[in-house]
Amino acid sequence: METVCAIELKNITKRFGSVVANDGINLSLNRGEILSLLGENGSGKTTLMNMLSGIYYPDEGEICVGGEKVTISSPKDAFRYGIGMIHQHYKLVDVFTAAENIVLGLDDEEKLDMNQTNAKVRAICEKYGFDIDPTKKIYDMSVSQKQTVEIIKVLYRGADILILDEPTAVLTPQETDKLFAVLRNMRADGKAIVIITHKLHEVMALSDKVAVLRKGKYIGTVNTAETNPQALTDMMVGHTVTLNIDRPTYEKPVPRLSLSGVSCFDAEGVKRLDDVSFTAMGGEILGIAGVAGSGQRELLECIAGLHPVSSGSIMYTPDEAAPSDLVGKSPMQIRKSGVAMAFVPEDRLGMGLVGSMGMTGNMMLRSWRKGKSIFVNRKDPNKLANQIWHDLEVVTPSTEFPVRRMSGGNVQKVLVGREIASAPSVLMTAYAVRGLDINTSYTIYNLLTEQKMQGVAVVYVGEDLDVLLELCDRILVLCGGKVSGIVDARTTTKEEVGLLMTRVGGKEAE
Amino acid sequence: MPEFVNLTIALIVAAITYGTPFLFGTLGEILTEKSGNLNLGVEGIMFMGGAVGLGGVFYYEKLTGNANGIVAVIVGILCAFIAGCIASLIFSFITITLRANQNVTGLALSIFGTGVGQFIGEYMRVSEGGYIAISNSLKGFFQNSPFPAFLQEIPVVGPILFSSSVFFYMGVVLAIAMHLFLKRSRKGLYLRSVGESPATADAAGINVTRYRYLATVIGGGISAIGGMVYIMTIAGCVWNHEGLSGVGWLAVALVIFCLWRPLSSIWGSILFGALMILYLRLNIPFIPMQIYKILPYVVTVIVLIVSSMRNQKENQPPEGLGLNYFREER
Repeated sequence: METVCAIELKNITKRFGSVVANDGINLSLNRGEILSLLGENGSGKTTLMNMLSGIYYPDEGEICVGGEKVTISSPKDAFRYGIGMIHQHYKLVDVFTAAENIVLGLDDEEKLDMNQTNAKVRAICEKYGFDIDPTKKIYDMSVSQKQTVEIIKVLYRGADILILDEPTAVLTPQETDKLFAVLRNMRADGKAIVIITHKLHEVMALSDKVAVLRKGKYIGTVNTAETNPQALTDMMVGHTVTLNIDRPTYEKPVPRLSLSGVSCFDAEGVKRLDDVSFTAMGGEILGIAGVAGSGQRELLECIAGLHPVSSGSIMYTPDEAAPSDLVGKSPMQIRKSGVAMAFVPEDRLGMGLVGSMGMTGNMMLRSWRKGKSIFVNRKDPNKLANQIWHDLEVVTPSTEFPVRRMSGGNVQKVLVGREIASAPSVLMTAYAVRGLDINTSYTIYNLLTEQKMQGVAVVYVGEDLDVLLELCDRILVLCGGKVSGIVDARTTTKEEVGLLMTRVGGKEAE
Repeated sequence: MPEFVNLTIALIVAAITYGTPFLFGTLGEILTEKSGNLNLGVEGIMFMGGAVGLGGVFYYEKLTGNANGIVAVIVGILCAFIAGCIASLIFSFITITLRANQNVTGLALSIFGTGVGQFIGEYMRVSEGGYIAISNSLKGFFQNSPFPAFLQEIPVVGPILFSSSVFFYMGVVLAIAMHLFLKRSRKGLYLRSVGESPATADAAGINVTRYRYLATVIGGGISAIGGMVYIMTIAGCVWNHEGLSGVGWLAVALVIFCLWRPLSSIWGSILFGALMILYLRLNIPFIPMQIYKILPYVVTVIVLIVSSMRNQKENQPPEGLGLNYFREER
């Protein structure tokens, strides 16, 4: 195919106050190509793409579409040049139907005819193999369905250049495969696609070219065929990252938390956990694997007392005390007895942090009950905030800076850092490294291992099987709310865990 | 006809008269809130609309000497509308452009508008010799039904359907038009998206600022007409410095009561009108009239409780209500 330049960025610079988010970026992409945009958290990938989609306006530099210099000062301009962006945080109106969301912002002069729109949406669905009911309300949809609506929205507008911001972060492996198949179809169709992702194997599997950013600067573009994950990591972080996660063995593991026959139902009456039994030992990391939505969230919430347990018991054994049942206790009592949870939800801020408060304020959410004075103690939280700021290399102007305005990865560091600092005897983390770059992920892994070596029972819910296999001592696999197996992480294989994720006990799930 | 039926008909007719100002106040505020702007300044806006509307008609009659009734009604509506537009333009500028807190700004506008309305009204009254009123022949155009007598004389149906002032019918037409606009038209869909999720609307290429300005300014104008209607129909076309107090707040409550639906505001405003005058028509001994006067608020609270308990997404306030939108803030 003849190569036609779809989009070209020359010397793009964007500043927010004193922070330079993008510094002289050059980038070009041809039609019929998929470009991966790679970089650590806060390296300016999303900012750069927001300038293409008209959300931000560059301070310097120029953008060319199809060889001609253009000015994109609003999302409308972006549509006009055939640029469509699928944001990391979906921009959909909850109370509207899929079709209503799709036609939003279109400049048609004709009368709004929902029947005709629905038919048009169905046609697009058929063409690419999407499974969406155009009349379904957004609040009734799963995350992957919402993403599908976003993609159809862009296609409906006839976009030639698609930008996807971390599209696979919230998808199951099957959904990811489906998405990639669709993207390849579009590439064959002559569309230019930019995909922002952290997952190197996805970069290798999908893209034609990889562009790397580091701390707002453009490092280079390479052809995927001529590179390997190691080289890309080097470009991204600037120095080699040890790929091996340190896994020391704790001498005398003791049972800390044992669940037997735990079941629970969600608000709709669907059984989310079915007869779950396991023991988490102090001094080991228990990994929890499973396809998204297999009951991981409910499991942690049941232990933390945030979700009602319908049957079964959760016995917690503190040091030098008799075991006690956590079922029926309030979250505050459970937390006090030493069970901490760091849950990183899909939207990162939803659970655990107050967006408009700074790091110090968020530290105080855990310590405000301490002390006898009628005034809260600000000194210790402030010290802790400073410590996390430096130890975890959080990028923020000060500890009073609202966490909402930090980049996603930094928000996560604050959340995980705070939970670890409360010195729990059971530490639960879910998706602690979701969306984090490799360097920061390792910082978190080390922190968890450190906790383990102090005798803490660590429960780690993760998505990346490679990490689970290297980080954890044992892996519990959930499948449809049931425990399909508990394996030794040192001896098991990726294939075995993968099999357990889809079938209970190696047998086909009923 | 039995006495009871007569009483009920009289109550309904009076309820419609008292409900009409609410209908305008509420419709204006619904349009405003659908754009995500919570304009609590309705009380002030209606005061300004009442004073300026009355002033407009009064000076129109004074200057021409021989005033045309239909023109007078149009002058009244236009004057009130423009006064409301100016008041809500101030609100829009402070909240949309300068991004100040909407609650604080709205409350300030309430106080400001009440003051301006009082000032204009009292100034006119004093400068015109202590009394400001329009002629009886003009009053008829504001207060009487636009329908011929034979329609009004139909038993039961006639008084209820055809004996209200022209403003009630205008309000009903406006409510239906607004319903169709919000539900069926493209612009209406976009406006709702701005109120629900301005970031989504912005990413879709909708000009959030323009939609919010237009909806708030036009909504304020519509609300102000309600103030003028109150002065011209209920208060008897004279300036009375206490006449309007509380009407704007009830209109804000009515928006919640109607769950942001223009069509529901038709019967909702009649119900609120009925609750307002119940103490005159259905006097129960030993119950002070203040108790009656809090009934609309009690009903609103009950509706809020019920709609929150049922937790249907469609019955909730627009998600972006009360929140200013700034594109570059995450």
